[in-house]
Amino acid sequence: MSMHGGPMRRPGGPMGGGGPMGMGMGASDAKAQDFRGSLARFGRRLRPERWIVSFVLLLGTGSVFLAVLGPKLLGNATNVIFEGVISQMIPAGVTQQQAEAALRAQGQDSQADMLASMTVSPGAGVDFSQLSRVLALVVVVYALSSFLSWAQNYLMAGVTNRTMFRLREEVDHKLGRLPLRYFDSSSRGDVLSRVTNDIDNIATTLQQTLTQLITSILTVIGVLAMMLWISPLLAVISLLTVPLSFWITMMIAKRSQPHFVAQWQWTGRLNGQVEESFTGLELVKVFGHRTRSVADFDAANERVYESSFRAQFISGIIQPALMVVSNLNYVAIAVIGGMRVASGSMSLGDVQAFIQYSRQFTMPITQIAGVANLLQSGVASVERVFELLDEAEEAPDADPARRPDRVSGRINFDDVSFRYLPDAPLIDGFRLDVHPGEIVAIVGPTGAGKTTLVNLLMRFYDVDAGAILIEGVPTMQMRRDDVRRAFGMVLQDTWLFEGTIRDNIAYGAESPTDDQIESAAQAARVDHFVRTLPDGYETVLTEGGANISAGERQLLTIARAFLANPPVLILDEATSSVDTRTEVLIQQAMAELRSGRTAFVIAHRLSTIRNADTIVVLEQGRIVEQGDHDELMEARGAYYRLYQSQFDEPEEAA
Amino acid sequence: MKNLLVAYLRPHWRILIGIALLLLVQAIGNLVLPTLMADIINQGVVTGDTSYILEVGGIMLLMSVLVGVASVVTVYFSARTSMRFGRDIRRDLFRRVQTFSLAQMHRFGVPSLITRNTNDVQQIQMLVMVGLTMMVLAPVTAIGGVVMALRTDVQLSALLLVIVPLMLIAIGVMVSRAVPLFRSMQVKVDRVNGVLRENLAGIRVIRAFVRTAHEEERFALANDELTTVSLKVTRLFALIFPTLMLIMNLALVATIWFGGHLIANGSMPIGNLFAFQSYIMQILFSVMMAVMTMMMVPRAAASAERIQAVLEAEPEITDPVASADLPRVGRLELRNVSFRYPGAQDPVLQEISCVFEPGRTTAIVGGTGSGKSTLTNLLPRLLDVTDGAILVDGVDIRNIPLDDLWSLFGIVPQRAFLFGGTIASNVRFGREDASDEQVWQALEVAQAREFVDQLPGLLDAPVDQGGVNFSGGQRQRLAIARCIVRDPLVYLFDDSFSALDYTTDARLRAALAHRTHDRTVIIVAQRISTIINADRIIVLDGGRVVGSGTHEELIDSCEPYREIVASQAQLEGTR
Repeated sequence: MSMHGGPMRRPGGPMGGGGPMGMGMGASDAKAQDFRGSLARFGRRLRPERWIVSFVLLLGTGSVFLAVLGPKLLGNATNVIFEGVISQMIPAGVTQQQAEAALRAQGQDSQADMLASMTVSPGAGVDFSQLSRVLALVVVVYALSSFLSWAQNYLMAGVTNRTMFRLREEVDHKLGRLPLRYFDSSSRGDVLSRVTNDIDNIATTLQQTLTQLITSILTVIGVLAMMLWISPLLAVISLLTVPLSFWITMMIAKRSQPHFVAQWQWTGRLNGQVEESFTGLELVKVFGHRTRSVADFDAANERVYESSFRAQFISGIIQPALMVVSNLNYVAIAVIGGMRVASGSMSLGDVQAFIQYSRQFTMPITQIAGVANLLQSGVASVERVFELLDEAEEAPDADPARRPDRVSGRINFDDVSFRYLPDAPLIDGFRLDVHPGEIVAIVGPTGAGKTTLVNLLMRFYDVDAGAILIEGVPTMQMRRDDVRRAFGMVLQDTWLFEGTIRDNIAYGAESPTDDQIESAAQAARVDHFVRTLPDGYETVLTEGGANISAGERQLLTIARAFLANPPVLILDEATSSVDTRTEVLIQQAMAELRSGRTAFVIAHRLSTIRNADTIVVLEQGRIVEQGDHDELMEARGAYYRLYQSQFDEPEEAA
Repeated sequence: MKNLLVAYLRPHWRILIGIALLLLVQAIGNLVLPTLMADIINQGVVTGDTSYILEVGGIMLLMSVLVGVASVVTVYFSARTSMRFGRDIRRDLFRRVQTFSLAQMHRFGVPSLITRNTNDVQQIQMLVMVGLTMMVLAPVTAIGGVVMALRTDVQLSALLLVIVPLMLIAIGVMVSRAVPLFRSMQVKVDRVNGVLRENLAGIRVIRAFVRTAHEEERFALANDELTTVSLKVTRLFALIFPTLMLIMNLALVATIWFGGHLIANGSMPIGNLFAFQSYIMQILFSVMMAVMTMMMVPRAAASAERIQAVLEAEPEITDPVASADLPRVGRLELRNVSFRYPGAQDPVLQEISCVFEPGRTTAIVGGTGSGKSTLTNLLPRLLDVTDGAILVDGVDIRNIPLDDLWSLFGIVPQRAFLFGGTIASNVRFGREDASDEQVWQALEVAQAREFVDQLPGLLDAPVDQGGVNFSGGQRQRLAIARCIVRDPLVYLFDDSFSALDYTTDARLRAALAHRTHDRTVIIVAQRISTIINADRIIVLDGGRVVGSGTHEELIDSCEPYREIVASQAQLEGTR
């Protein structure tokens, strides 16, 4: 989501929220659970900036004060002109009192009252030197107000951006300290949405709400004060329109809300349908579903139209309705103000100022309402991010940590017990001694949990009881990093990042030379392929490495392992549809990688399994058998059955 | 963009005229209100005529209610029109894409087509919605404002010649600086999110290679870059509001100063000062609104272009004019078939001739890029041959109505795709009137019964969109069940067993053999064990048939086949 996409989609927002993307926007329509608590907690994150924030508040107060003063001063300017006009009506030489008396004599009492409230020097006309003084002051006041407002926003930009920088950094560091268990047990989409969409949403909220909220509240207070000062009567009339405006907004918003919800839901459904029928178009065609798919689409499309039309229309009423209210207010001020000027109890400039104030009054109020809305969604995001930050971290490394002097590849499982869920024991009292250079094959049907052993070896998960020892040192007493440095891992789920092929191979070591990288590639039999690419080692891989084939990706990860040169290997053999030639290359590269190293192989190949020193057989996540090929065949257990079913048929047929 | 707007707004032209008229009423109403206010001051306040004030006040009230009603009606019609506009474009886009060939789908790309039908339509619909009001209201108010200002006082109106250009320049400068910054910021946001996405996807690898610190550096760099650009954007925005406010306020000051002179020499009544101030504000607000609407145009235009590209793409594969009878046997014959993607240098398939007989299983093997998948797409006319012909029961498939042709086939594509819904709805996708029993039977043959039996809800167990809540092997088996329940004359399996382990693969093929004994079965595969029992194996290499026969025959006669078998045997360690 873009940094500035969020607020456009709020119901009743400035654009009326023409419809959300529908899916993947979990953040925006959620409500915060502990609004105040989370807000306060987020507020504490601004602590490092508290001096700047205080200064910003000061600037904001100054800016608003001056902006509020402006209309009143402009009103004074109008008064100067008005008095000048009146003064011209009185012949020079007549005093103000005489003119008043003359008016009363003519029965024009109200005009006499108006004159009495002014100070005019008859016949003088408009006092332009006074006018220029007043206006110069106004210009200074407005210029200063704008300057302060700019300074306030400028400083606040720094505060918000620095705060977001720190939050992003903190979240990223947190991800580095969370246990694998967290990532395995929560959906990647959800975590991703927290660290991207939610943080973007917070950034938008922070940037849009904080200064606006401060300015709006201060403006409301300031304007209210000025209005009361100028004319308490008019102020009361204007104030009456405030709850009226609020009530109208709330009523309409409440009515449009279900339509917005329907619009989101149906848009999501529609997008889902589009996605499905385009992705599976050949199925839709061949299985004869074109008519039905069009009918389904039309139905959802019609619902989207109806709900979005209603939502847009109903929320679109708010603006005109508020305009009518504001015009009502305007008329009321004009009429009552005009009558009071005529009766001399108010100056014309004040009426003018008052009209401007009443206009300034409604804007911040609607803004506050909008900000409150935005804040709801922002705080909901804040909560989701805090939830992530509050997740339990990995237990700290042992201190002081032990470290084997030299890792030759001796690994022992000593009475290891482990379970993912408390009431579902998976591995119980598992013992296995692996000598340097031995091969351990891990076999079992798809989904039997072959990765559990990998998880324990690499200390992605910690054993519940017993110990895994590297060269006699329990891994629990070692630093995790040291444990992991002992292993090289080549998984089927190849992971390449966005960057050059060179950088991707170089990932295996701290700062390898080009020669080292290329000889690793040669050993992995991928050097030739890389050199056929137009940019060779500088070819940029896209995210996930989608622009090269699955087999080549696997070769690159093997090259990575060669470069890392670990004493112990964890290998996952390829099964996915890799073409035969590449598969041969992968096999050769893996065999070479394996030579002289202790290896744990998640095996599919007979050759690997037969040569293995130990075979560990898993079923439904549990270790059911272990031994070498001959022992297990003799035992006629799970391995025997697996072996029969898997490998007999091709042999017989051939 | 113009064509699209014209085409889809033309049906609503009466309403559009109505909207324009209503907007005119609003604009005039908004412009008359300040004039009435001036009258109250000039003729009411200055002369102390209270009844005049009340009378004009009443007129003002009526005016504002009228304007309010007019805007509600406008909102009604503009919302209806713009939402219909979006609905109709979506409808036509969807229908058009349904006629696309596979080649066209590839050319546009599925994700891009999805975006065009969703976000792009949204963009342009938004512009229509805002434009329907702003495009009329802003110019009418601005022009009306200028006219009224001129009527009020020609000399004072000269101020507009300074203020409006000043405003335009200020907005122009800031917008032109903001647009590239926004684009750059979007890139940086994507970068930060990209690093996070990579970190989540590769968490095991990162930890295995002890590269957490390195990843944190990478992230810090991206975060730093984002913060720098974002700071620039927010600081630029910090400037916009105060600047515009300053210009407006200075306009007010200037009005009073110059107006004061005009009032002093008697050429303008004082009440007009108020009216004039209102006009200036309205003109400036209209200019701002117009600029903001204009800012939406480039994005919407780009969207419109993408939408039009789809709407203007003619379907490549169409129904025949004169239609042949529905074939009843399912014997497929390829005669000298060649295929070449438009613009491609080399053909994917060259002069392929072969026959797929009912009651026999034919396998197609070959390396990546040998043209296997293209061949399977040609058979049901998802692509059209560029040379030669494909015949079903002796009839050229191009002479058979598409729906009839497709009714012969059951396909299992390479990427097992499931639709959101339930297990039952996915299997019944193959045949809508299948009974529960038939569905279970199909699941059983596809070796899916076992895991479906364990799902809560059994046949009604939910399937997420794309089938993401099932493993690759489970998805393949469900896709196969979908094909089996259809009981088609021709079964087309495009590498459909790759995610299954050997045991399941073998069991599935054994069960399938019973169901398909009198059907035409075509299997594309990588694994030799999957196809070893086929009645005939066709070996493709570089788009040509290089061998055809049984496993034994090919072992003896076909070198490329021997290579494939040998390499796999070496992998399996069975020889």
